[in-house]
Amino acid sequence: MSKSDPNAPKRLALIASKGTLDWAYPPFILATAAGAMGWEVGVFFTFYGLTLLKPDLSASVSPLGNPAMPMKMPFGPEGFQNIAWPMPNLLMANVPGFEALATTLMKQTFKNKGVASIEELRDMAIELDVRMIGCQMTMDVFGFKREDFIKECEIGGAATFLEYAADADVQLFV
Amino acid sequence: MTDVIKEDQVLDCSGMLCPMPVVKTSKAMKELQAGQVLKMIATDPGAPPDMEAWSRQTGNELLRSTTENGKFIFYLKKK
Repeated sequence: MSKSDPNAPKRLALIASKGTLDWAYPPFILATAAGAMGWEVGVFFTFYGLTLLKPDLSASVSPLGNPAMPMKMPFGPEGFQNIAWPMPNLLMANVPGFEALATTLMKQTFKNKGVASIEELRDMAIELDVRMIGCQMTMDVFGFKREDFIKECEIGGAATFLEYAADADVQLFV
Repeated sequence: MTDVIKEDQVLDCSGMLCPMPVVKTSKAMKELQAGQVLKMIATDPGAPPDMEAWSRQTGNELLRSTTENGKFIFYLKKK
Protein backbone atom coordinates (compact mmCIF):
# COMPACT_ATOMS: atom_id res chain seq x y z
CA MET A 1 0.00 0.00 0.00
CA SER A 2 1.49 3.27 -1.06
CA LYS A 3 -0.84 5.46 0.98
CA SER A 4 1.01 8.40 2.36
CA ASP A 5 -1.56 9.00 5.12
CA PRO A 6 -2.62 5.85 7.03
CA ASN A 7 -5.68 7.63 8.43
CA ALA A 8 -6.96 8.72 5.04
CA PRO A 9 -10.41 7.41 4.02
CA LYS A 10 -10.67 4.69 1.41
CA ARG A 11 -10.37 5.91 -2.11
CA LEU A 12 -12.11 4.94 -5.36
CA ALA A 13 -10.67 5.92 -8.74
CA LEU A 14 -12.88 5.41 -11.79
CA ILE A 15 -12.40 5.92 -15.49
CA ALA A 16 -15.65 6.69 -17.33
CA SER A 17 -14.95 6.13 -21.02
CA LYS A 18 -18.44 5.69 -22.47
CA GLY A 19 -21.17 8.27 -22.93
CA THR A 20 -24.27 6.24 -23.68
CA LEU A 21 -27.15 6.08 -21.20
CA ASP A 22 -26.53 2.46 -20.25
CA TRP A 23 -22.81 2.98 -19.65
CA ALA A 24 -23.31 6.29 -17.84
CA TYR A 25 -24.92 4.47 -14.93
CA PRO A 26 -22.07 2.31 -13.55
CA PRO A 27 -19.59 5.14 -12.81
CA PHE A 28 -22.23 7.41 -11.26
CA ILE A 29 -23.78 4.60 -9.19
CA LEU A 30 -20.38 3.48 -7.87
CA ALA A 31 -19.21 7.05 -7.29
CA THR A 32 -22.28 8.03 -5.27
CA ALA A 33 -22.37 4.77 -3.29
CA ALA A 34 -18.68 5.12 -2.39
CA GLY A 35 -19.19 8.77 -1.49
CA ALA A 36 -22.09 7.75 0.75
CA MET A 37 -19.75 5.32 2.52
CA GLY A 38 -17.37 8.13 3.31
CA TRP A 39 -14.84 7.22 0.64
CA GLU A 40 -12.90 9.72 -1.44
CA VAL A 41 -13.94 9.41 -5.06
CA GLY A 42 -12.39 10.62 -8.28
CA VAL A 43 -13.71 9.97 -11.79
CA PHE A 44 -11.71 10.56 -14.94
CA PHE A 45 -14.08 11.27 -17.86
CA THR A 46 -12.34 10.43 -21.09
CA PHE A 47 -13.25 9.83 -24.73
CA TYR A 48 -17.03 9.44 -25.06
CA GLY A 49 -17.37 9.55 -21.29
CA LEU A 50 -16.40 13.22 -21.39
CA THR A 51 -19.87 14.16 -22.66
CA LEU A 52 -21.26 13.12 -19.25
CA LEU A 53 -19.80 16.38 -17.93
CA LYS A 54 -21.90 18.56 -20.23
CA PRO A 55 -24.50 20.72 -18.44
CA ASP A 56 -27.33 19.14 -20.43
CA LEU A 57 -27.05 15.38 -20.45
CA SER A 58 -28.33 13.90 -23.67
CA ALA A 59 -27.11 10.35 -23.14
CA SER A 60 -29.01 7.84 -25.23
CA VAL A 61 -28.82 4.11 -25.72
CA SER A 62 -28.45 2.23 -28.96
CA PRO A 63 -29.93 -1.24 -29.36
CA LEU A 64 -27.42 -1.79 -32.14
CA GLY A 65 -24.32 -3.49 -30.80
CA ASN A 66 -26.06 -4.31 -27.51
CA PRO A 67 -27.31 -7.80 -28.33
CA ALA A 68 -27.86 -8.79 -24.69
CA MET A 69 -29.94 -5.73 -23.83
CA PRO A 70 -33.33 -6.83 -22.49
CA MET A 71 -35.88 -4.51 -24.03
CA LYS A 72 -38.89 -3.98 -21.79
CA MET A 73 -42.04 -1.94 -22.15
CA PRO A 74 -42.55 0.60 -19.36
CA PHE A 75 -46.37 0.45 -19.51
CA GLY A 76 -49.24 -2.04 -19.47
CA PRO A 77 -49.90 -4.97 -17.14
CA GLU A 78 -46.98 -6.55 -15.28
CA GLY A 79 -46.93 -9.64 -17.50
CA PHE A 80 -46.60 -7.42 -20.55
CA GLN A 81 -43.91 -5.30 -18.91
CA ASN A 82 -41.88 -8.39 -18.10
CA ILE A 83 -41.74 -9.61 -21.69
CA ALA A 84 -38.17 -9.41 -23.02
CA TRP A 85 -38.68 -8.19 -26.56
CA PRO A 86 -36.33 -9.64 -29.15
CA MET A 87 -33.35 -7.42 -29.72
CA PRO A 88 -33.54 -5.55 -32.98
CA ASN A 89 -31.11 -6.57 -35.65
CA LEU A 90 -29.12 -4.32 -37.93
CA LEU A 91 -32.18 -3.73 -40.09
CA MET A 92 -34.54 -2.66 -37.30
CA ALA A 93 -31.92 -0.56 -35.54
CA ASN A 94 -31.57 1.40 -38.76
CA VAL A 95 -35.19 2.52 -38.68
CA PRO A 96 -35.17 6.29 -38.09
CA GLY A 97 -36.14 7.12 -34.52
CA PHE A 98 -35.45 3.64 -33.21
CA GLU A 99 -32.61 4.78 -30.99
CA ALA A 100 -34.75 7.59 -29.59
CA LEU A 101 -37.51 5.06 -28.90
CA ALA A 102 -35.14 2.64 -27.17
CA THR A 103 -33.78 5.53 -25.07
CA THR A 104 -37.27 6.67 -24.06
CA LEU A 105 -38.26 3.12 -23.14
CA MET A 106 -35.15 2.58 -21.04
CA LYS A 107 -35.47 5.92 -19.25
CA GLN A 108 -39.14 5.29 -18.47
CA THR A 109 -38.54 1.71 -17.31
CA PHE A 110 -35.72 2.88 -15.02
CA LYS A 111 -37.89 5.69 -13.63
CA ASN A 112 -40.82 3.32 -13.00
CA LYS A 113 -38.56 0.90 -11.14
CA GLY A 114 -37.16 3.62 -8.89
CA VAL A 115 -33.73 4.13 -10.45
CA ALA A 116 -32.44 7.68 -10.22
CA SER A 117 -31.74 9.53 -13.46
CA ILE A 118 -28.16 10.24 -14.55
CA GLU A 119 -28.81 13.93 -13.81
CA GLU A 120 -29.88 13.12 -10.24
CA LEU A 121 -26.90 10.83 -9.69
CA ARG A 122 -24.49 13.44 -11.01
CA ASP A 123 -26.00 16.13 -8.73
CA MET A 124 -25.65 13.68 -5.85
CA ALA A 125 -22.02 13.05 -6.79
CA ILE A 126 -21.34 16.79 -6.76
CA GLU A 127 -22.98 17.05 -3.34
CA LEU A 128 -20.76 14.20 -2.09
CA ASP A 129 -17.63 16.05 -3.28
CA VAL A 130 -16.79 13.50 -5.94
CA ARG A 131 -13.78 14.79 -7.85
CA MET A 132 -14.60 14.87 -11.56
CA ILE A 133 -11.76 15.23 -14.01
CA GLY A 134 -12.45 15.93 -17.67
CA CYS A 135 -9.81 14.68 -20.10
CA GLN A 136 -7.90 17.54 -21.72
CA MET A 137 -6.76 15.43 -24.65
CA THR A 138 -10.34 14.38 -25.48
CA MET A 139 -11.36 18.05 -25.37
CA ASP A 140 -8.63 18.93 -27.85
CA VAL A 141 -9.51 16.03 -30.15
CA PHE A 142 -13.25 16.69 -30.26
CA GLY A 143 -12.96 20.47 -30.14
CA PHE A 144 -14.58 21.07 -26.74
CA LYS A 145 -13.93 24.12 -24.59
CA ARG A 146 -13.78 24.40 -20.80
CA GLU A 147 -17.11 26.26 -20.77
CA ASP A 148 -18.82 23.32 -22.53
CA PHE A 149 -18.68 21.43 -19.22
CA ILE A 150 -20.12 21.87 -15.75
CA LYS A 151 -18.20 24.24 -13.50
CA GLU A 152 -17.84 21.57 -10.79
CA CYS A 153 -15.41 19.52 -12.86
CA GLU A 154 -11.72 20.11 -13.33
CA ILE A 155 -9.67 19.46 -16.44
CA GLY A 156 -6.61 17.26 -16.43
CA GLY A 157 -4.67 14.60 -18.21
CA ALA A 158 -3.55 11.03 -17.68
CA ALA A 159 -0.91 12.00 -15.15
CA THR A 160 -3.47 13.87 -13.03
CA PHE A 161 -5.66 10.78 -12.86
CA LEU A 162 -2.80 8.33 -12.33
CA GLU A 163 -1.43 10.30 -9.42
CA TYR A 164 -4.86 10.17 -7.80
CA ALA A 165 -5.36 6.48 -8.68
CA ALA A 166 -1.96 5.47 -7.30
CA ASP A 167 -3.26 6.06 -3.79
CA ALA A 168 -6.67 4.48 -4.44
CA ASP A 169 -7.93 1.26 -2.84
CA VAL A 170 -10.22 0.49 -5.77
CA GLN A 171 -9.59 1.41 -9.40
CA LEU A 172 -12.05 0.57 -12.14
CA PHE A 173 -12.32 1.23 -15.85
CA VAL A 174 -15.86 1.61 -17.17
CA MET B 1 -39.53 -10.35 22.43
CA THR B 2 -37.01 -7.82 21.27
CA ASP B 3 -36.35 -4.49 22.87
CA VAL B 4 -38.02 -1.48 21.36
CA ILE B 5 -35.56 0.86 19.68
CA LYS B 6 -36.57 4.49 19.73
CA GLU B 7 -35.59 6.36 16.62
CA ASP B 8 -34.78 10.06 16.42
CA GLN B 9 -35.43 10.34 12.70
CA VAL B 10 -37.27 8.31 10.05
CA LEU B 11 -36.22 8.01 6.42
CA ASP B 12 -38.48 6.29 3.93
CA CYS B 13 -36.64 4.96 0.87
CA SER B 14 -39.55 2.82 -0.33
CA GLY B 15 -39.57 2.40 -4.10
CA MET B 16 -35.95 3.50 -4.51
CA LEU B 17 -33.31 1.28 -6.04
CA CYS B 18 -29.53 1.16 -5.61
CA PRO B 19 -27.68 3.39 -4.81
CA MET B 20 -30.38 5.75 -3.50
CA PRO B 21 -31.10 4.05 -0.13
CA VAL B 22 -27.39 4.26 0.83
CA VAL B 23 -26.99 7.78 -0.52
CA LYS B 24 -30.15 9.06 1.24
CA THR B 25 -29.16 7.28 4.46
CA SER B 26 -25.72 8.85 4.42
CA LYS B 27 -27.28 12.27 3.87
CA ALA B 28 -29.81 11.79 6.68
CA MET B 29 -27.13 10.56 9.08
CA LYS B 30 -25.14 13.76 8.59
CA GLU B 31 -28.07 15.68 10.15
CA LEU B 32 -28.01 13.54 13.34
CA GLN B 33 -25.93 13.92 16.49
CA ALA B 34 -23.62 11.14 17.70
CA GLY B 35 -25.63 8.42 19.43
CA GLN B 36 -28.92 9.28 17.71
CA VAL B 37 -30.80 6.61 15.79
CA LEU B 38 -32.13 6.68 12.24
CA LYS B 39 -34.92 4.34 11.19
CA MET B 40 -34.68 3.64 7.48
CA ILE B 41 -37.38 1.90 5.49
CA ALA B 42 -36.63 0.35 2.07
CA THR B 43 -38.24 -2.00 -0.44
CA ASP B 44 -35.14 -2.72 -2.52
CA PRO B 45 -34.15 -6.37 -1.89
CA GLY B 46 -30.53 -5.25 -2.28
CA ALA B 47 -30.84 -2.97 0.74
CA PRO B 48 -30.13 -5.51 3.55
CA PRO B 49 -26.65 -6.54 2.34
CA ASP B 50 -25.91 -2.97 1.22
CA MET B 51 -26.84 -1.43 4.57
CA GLU B 52 -24.65 -3.97 6.37
CA ALA B 53 -21.73 -3.04 4.12
CA TRP B 54 -22.48 0.67 4.55
CA SER B 55 -22.53 0.24 8.33
CA ARG B 56 -19.17 -1.60 8.31
CA GLN B 57 -17.58 0.98 6.02
CA THR B 58 -18.82 4.07 7.87
CA GLY B 59 -18.68 2.73 11.43
CA ASN B 60 -22.30 3.70 12.08
CA GLU B 61 -23.75 0.72 13.95
CA LEU B 62 -26.62 -1.24 12.41
CA LEU B 63 -28.62 -1.93 15.57
CA ARG B 64 -31.30 -3.99 13.87
CA SER B 65 -32.33 -5.14 10.42
CA THR B 66 -35.83 -6.61 10.09
CA THR B 67 -38.57 -7.26 7.57
CA GLU B 68 -42.12 -6.06 8.17
CA ASN B 69 -44.92 -6.53 5.63
CA GLY B 70 -42.47 -6.90 2.78
CA LYS B 71 -40.50 -3.80 3.80
CA PHE B 72 -36.96 -3.78 5.13
CA ILE B 73 -36.47 -1.79 8.31
CA PHE B 74 -33.06 -0.67 9.56
CA TYR B 75 -32.07 1.03 12.79
CA LEU B 76 -28.76 2.82 12.47
CA LYS B 77 -26.90 4.52 15.27
CA LYS B 78 -24.74 7.51 14.41
CA LYS B 79 -21.17 7.07 15.61
